[in-house]
Amino acid sequence: MNKCILAVVLAGLMPFQVFASEYDISVDRVQIDTGDFVKEGIGYNGASPGPVLRFREGEEVTINVTNNLDEMTSIHWHGLILPFEQDGVPGISFPGIKPGETFTYQFPIVQAGTYWFHSHSGFQEPNGAYGAIVIEPEGREPYRYDREYVVQLTDKHPHSGDRIMRNLKMSADYYNRQQQTVGDFIDESGEKGFMATLRDRMMWGDMRMMKMDIEDVQGFTGLINGKGPDQNWTGLFKPGERVRLRFINSSAMTYFDVRIPGLEMTVVQADGNNVQPVNVDEFRIGVAETYDVIVHINDEKAYTIFAESMGRSGFARGTLAPEEGMTAEVPDRRDAPLLTMADMAGHVMDHGDMDGMDHGEMTDMNHGDMKGMDHSDMEGMDHGGDSLPEDPFYANGSGLIPTAANGGKFLSYQDLKAQKPLYEDREPTREIELRLTGNMERYEWSINGIKYEDADPIVLQYGERVRFKFVNETMMTHPMHLHGMWSILEVGEGKWNPLKHVVSVAPATTVYMETEVDAPGQWAFHCHLSYHAASGMFRKIVVEGGPDSPVADGKQSGNQGGES
Amino acid sequence: MNHLAVSMCGLSLAVAALATPAVAQEDPAKKTQTARTFWGVSAEKFEYRYSDSDEELAVIEGDAYYGTDELKFRWLFEGEWEEAHNAWETLENQFVGQVPVDDFWDAKAGIRIDTPEGPDRVYSVLGLTGLAPYWFEVDTNLYVSDEGDASVDFEAEYELLITNYWIASATFESLVAFSEDQEIGVGKGLNSTEVGLRLSYDLIARSFSPYVGMVYERKYGDTADLAWDSGGSTEDWFAVVGARLSF
Repeated sequence: MNKCILAVVLAGLMPFQVFASEYDISVDRVQIDTGDFVKEGIGYNGASPGPVLRFREGEEVTINVTNNLDEMTSIHWHGLILPFEQDGVPGISFPGIKPGETFTYQFPIVQAGTYWFHSHSGFQEPNGAYGAIVIEPEGREPYRYDREYVVQLTDKHPHSGDRIMRNLKMSADYYNRQQQTVGDFIDESGEKGFMATLRDRMMWGDMRMMKMDIEDVQGFTGLINGKGPDQNWTGLFKPGERVRLRFINSSAMTYFDVRIPGLEMTVVQADGNNVQPVNVDEFRIGVAETYDVIVHINDEKAYTIFAESMGRSGFARGTLAPEEGMTAEVPDRRDAPLLTMADMAGHVMDHGDMDGMDHGEMTDMNHGDMKGMDHSDMEGMDHGGDSLPEDPFYANGSGLIPTAANGGKFLSYQDLKAQKPLYEDREPTREIELRLTGNMERYEWSINGIKYEDADPIVLQYGERVRFKFVNETMMTHPMHLHGMWSILEVGEGKWNPLKHVVSVAPATTVYMETEVDAPGQWAFHCHLSYHAASGMFRKIVVEGGPDSPVADGKQSGNQGGES
Repeated sequence: MNHLAVSMCGLSLAVAALATPAVAQEDPAKKTQTARTFWGVSAEKFEYRYSDSDEELAVIEGDAYYGTDELKFRWLFEGEWEEAHNAWETLENQFVGQVPVDDFWDAKAGIRIDTPEGPDRVYSVLGLTGLAPYWFEVDTNLYVSDEGDASVDFEAEYELLITNYWIASATFESLVAFSEDQEIGVGKGLNSTEVGLRLSYDLIARSFSPYVGMVYERKYGDTADLAWDSGGSTEDWFAVVGARLSF
């Protein structure tokens, strides 16, 4: 009956509302066929991925979710700005949806763009419980296209989420089949000399760290809209058309490097928010991120959408074609990248073994104008990276810095500029430092060295603008996701800094984001790698005050402090 | 029967410790959003050994655990079945609690019950297990028996990746006793060493990895004399065939 009251209140608040639509979603056990294997999983309305939900900005949606499983479930509307009770995180937003029960979500749609939804219960999401959301804007789109497709990526694994988590806890390298071998040693000795190679192995062995620790969970089949490489999802077009592709990375663990050989892509949206168009040949999509690109196709031929995993252990493939059945060449995967000592710097700093590197100096650098950021003053540190391109969102000399397969433009976070700022630019009221921490060998992940189960919530005040400082002290890349409020990614563009819902933090880097605390209630905040979140890289955020509360105060300058 | 009671007691203690609620429990999402208890069953060795003196042994070395990052309860099993005598030459059950003491090391404490052919022994166990620099897996334990005799064992293993599926593993085991326990063939000082070399192939994930290899076992000093006196050998070469298992 609470829902009824809420509906009445909302109806009263929005007398001019025109649209209202109702959706029914059932949560079901389904079969998932990747072409490589068939696996029991969880889906929506009888399939995984679930349906594409199409909303309109300004409408009020009612979504009835019926749980046909024999366990609790939930749906989180990833990236949507909504009342916290509708956010779908069991234990934070609501208790969850019991077996056999129907839960009715109801919230206004206050934004446009590409988003997605997924279960926030256990490992249901890696097991298949995800779908796409497309929201049509109230006004006109600021770019032209003739047709559009959702391109939803995932990393479907033959093992269930529970099994994967358990195996990683038993042995963190359980799924890593890219470890350096005797053969690699011999090859490298031939190139660099036996002693140099031995020294290199000794150095890494001394730390008990691996250069090949880029993808924790290998052995997956990359899917596009539920189809494996051999099943080849195909989107049709007519020559001369502009096609909008809404890329969503719904993977549990995998970053993808995406390209369409032969076509330039114009990135027009990131995480649902329009950005100033950037032409790229390739882009990296972090777990849970979305990028919308427009491709202008003139020739009457097929093009391959090729998404290689960041660690090159797997790939997804689809096709854009003028006719069903036409295909284009599928490229070979490139060699797996190797982490370098630069990627290890955060870990080493944490352990204080490397005196030459000054932590403070690094943060100072990032504080300033990002564009002006120059790594020349770090040249003292020998990272061994010879002529790698610069990208301030990777450690200088990092092995993870991406390059486009055709030698062209690879999208960087620093290319993302908001099309139309949502918030006025103002000084943050305080800074909260969050060190991303972990123990790879034990597969324990945490924030500031504390796992979620032992942590107090992060308390924010309604109306403040908080600057989050992420310091990645691990050698893994973490896609950090704040629920309920926008993450304004610091790229050094002031009010044009882009709004995101996931901010990827590469190893040994410091990344800043600011958040206008404009959503009362309690929210989840976590690394979106499923097995990192579940092992403790997770926090509850409590926003105190709000429109109805007398405590609310927009100007809390000088309020210092980190995690409470 | 007595031993069983002792082990059950250890088990229930560990279970009680695991069931103790942690602090900061007020946030219900800590339950729904985190995976906290884990289990695993594996057999590092599950093999048949053929010695150069035509002795045949079936050997199992495995363990099962249940627990959290902070505390695990582990059951370790080691058995050597001697074909010729139709008897357990070695039969050890250890029940230990295991807690992390460093980024790479765990401490263990518990009880070990030996019930092979011949006299039984019960030991208290204090151990250290973990990963040493350069990827050596190390496990070492101090045992004090119900007869008051103390001993230390040390095991190290190094895995060399021929490829990501063909793995050569070298193992070293040794036992040192601080006093003699003649009844069970333990002399004072260095008792024995065992060196093994196995080549395995990961056939089904890391669940089933068949291997072949060889093992060299040697007894020293008083222990060797005791073995000699009872008609046993002091030095054996074995060819082994088996599989590493993990569930």
